[in-house]
Amino acid sequence: MSKIKMPKSAPALDMTPMVDLAFLLVTFFILTANFRQNEAVIIKTPSSHSEKILPENVMLVTIDTAGRVFYSLGGKEVRKNLLLTMGKKYKVSFTETDVTRFLILPQFGVPMSQLSQYIRGDENTRAAMDKASIGIPMDSVNNQLGDWIAYGWNEKRTFEAINNIPKDKGCRIAIKADGQTDYKVIKRVIQVFQERNLNSFNLITDMETEQIQ
Amino acid sequence: MGEIIDSGGGGGKGKHQKKRAKKHGAHIDMTPMVDLGFLLLTFFVLTSQFSKPKTMEINMPVKPTDTTNTTKIDDETALTLLLTEKTEKIYYYYGKFKSETSILKTTDYSKEGIRKVFMKRNETVIKQVKELKEKYSKGEIADTTYKRMSMGFKGDKKAVFVIVKADEKAKYKNVIDVLDELNVADVGKYALVDISPAEKELIKVSTL
Repeated sequence: MSKIKMPKSAPALDMTPMVDLAFLLVTFFILTANFRQNEAVIIKTPSSHSEKILPENVMLVTIDTAGRVFYSLGGKEVRKNLLLTMGKKYKVSFTETDVTRFLILPQFGVPMSQLSQYIRGDENTRAAMDKASIGIPMDSVNNQLGDWIAYGWNEKRTFEAINNIPKDKGCRIAIKADGQTDYKVIKRVIQVFQERNLNSFNLITDMETEQIQ
Repeated sequence: MGEIIDSGGGGGKGKHQKKRAKKHGAHIDMTPMVDLGFLLLTFFVLTSQFSKPKTMEINMPVKPTDTTNTTKIDDETALTLLLTEKTEKIYYYYGKFKSETSILKTTDYSKEGIRKVFMKRNETVIKQVKELKEKYSKGEIADTTYKRMSMGFKGDKKAVFVIVKADEKAKYKNVIDVLDELNVADVGKYALVDISPAEKELIKVSTL
């Protein structure tokens, strides 16, 4: 009778397929991931049944629960011109470096008087300023939001005309507000749009889980 | 970590040993790489967001240049909703506002609440749009015809006209909920209007 030989080393398990699959998944997720931009405030948007996907090209007005307003706009060329126009209007001068830094700024919610300080600040300074900020002013005496919107819109329109961008791919205005925000703030923002003859815009919502038959 | 384990052959160090052909290829310990792979996998699985944000399109009326051409509120079709800081309750009344005769009713934001109210009021339009949708999905009518006709049904003279009035303390979520329900119930005619003092008074005196 021969003895049962115990294998000297642990039995090897062929992990190749598993590893292959894992890397396949990694590749898939890397390619599909779109990184969330570093947002100044956390917004929990209300949900809706709407199935329309937000267009890529938007001028975004973000409103948090406290009613503070933040602004953001895509497109480097447009942003550069916008900042210079706004600087001229509010008599704030921006250096070449300021403009370059502004181009990569995700969104901001500070009055013009603090903007250059905000642009020059590092991440911590910005976070502190975001926390302490009162948002972009939009009262009738000092309507900076209105100017950001009107000038931004003009710049976008000019840019689209020069580059022959079709109308249906043109810029849209979107409001991203927290569900718990008081409606009177949203109403005021909509009023600011309407004062500048911008009557069509998008409201950003989340997907509603309940299905309609 | 990371060493190359030469399992075959045994090398040719001893002079007295014959050089043997390697039985197996050199093994590379892949454990760290696999670890890293799974780490990345976990990271991307957790950080990826699948649901892109959705959006609702809103078209506000263009500011009228003359006031003679304003839409008149019809007694038959009008339905006014009053939103307040009470996040569970919607006040509503039918027809034109008259402080003596308007009867205030309440409902809530659920699908048994406000959606039922809209559905009941907008029955004919919902039926028409549903039939149209069926025709469209069968391919009987073209895309443009479908859009034009459904717009026609929703904008019909007899279709319900909903006026949403939210006061200063109302929350944005409630307004969105109402707009969403309007879309669900195929209501094509609606407007966001400011609440009047008389209507506030009506809410105050009502025991609802």
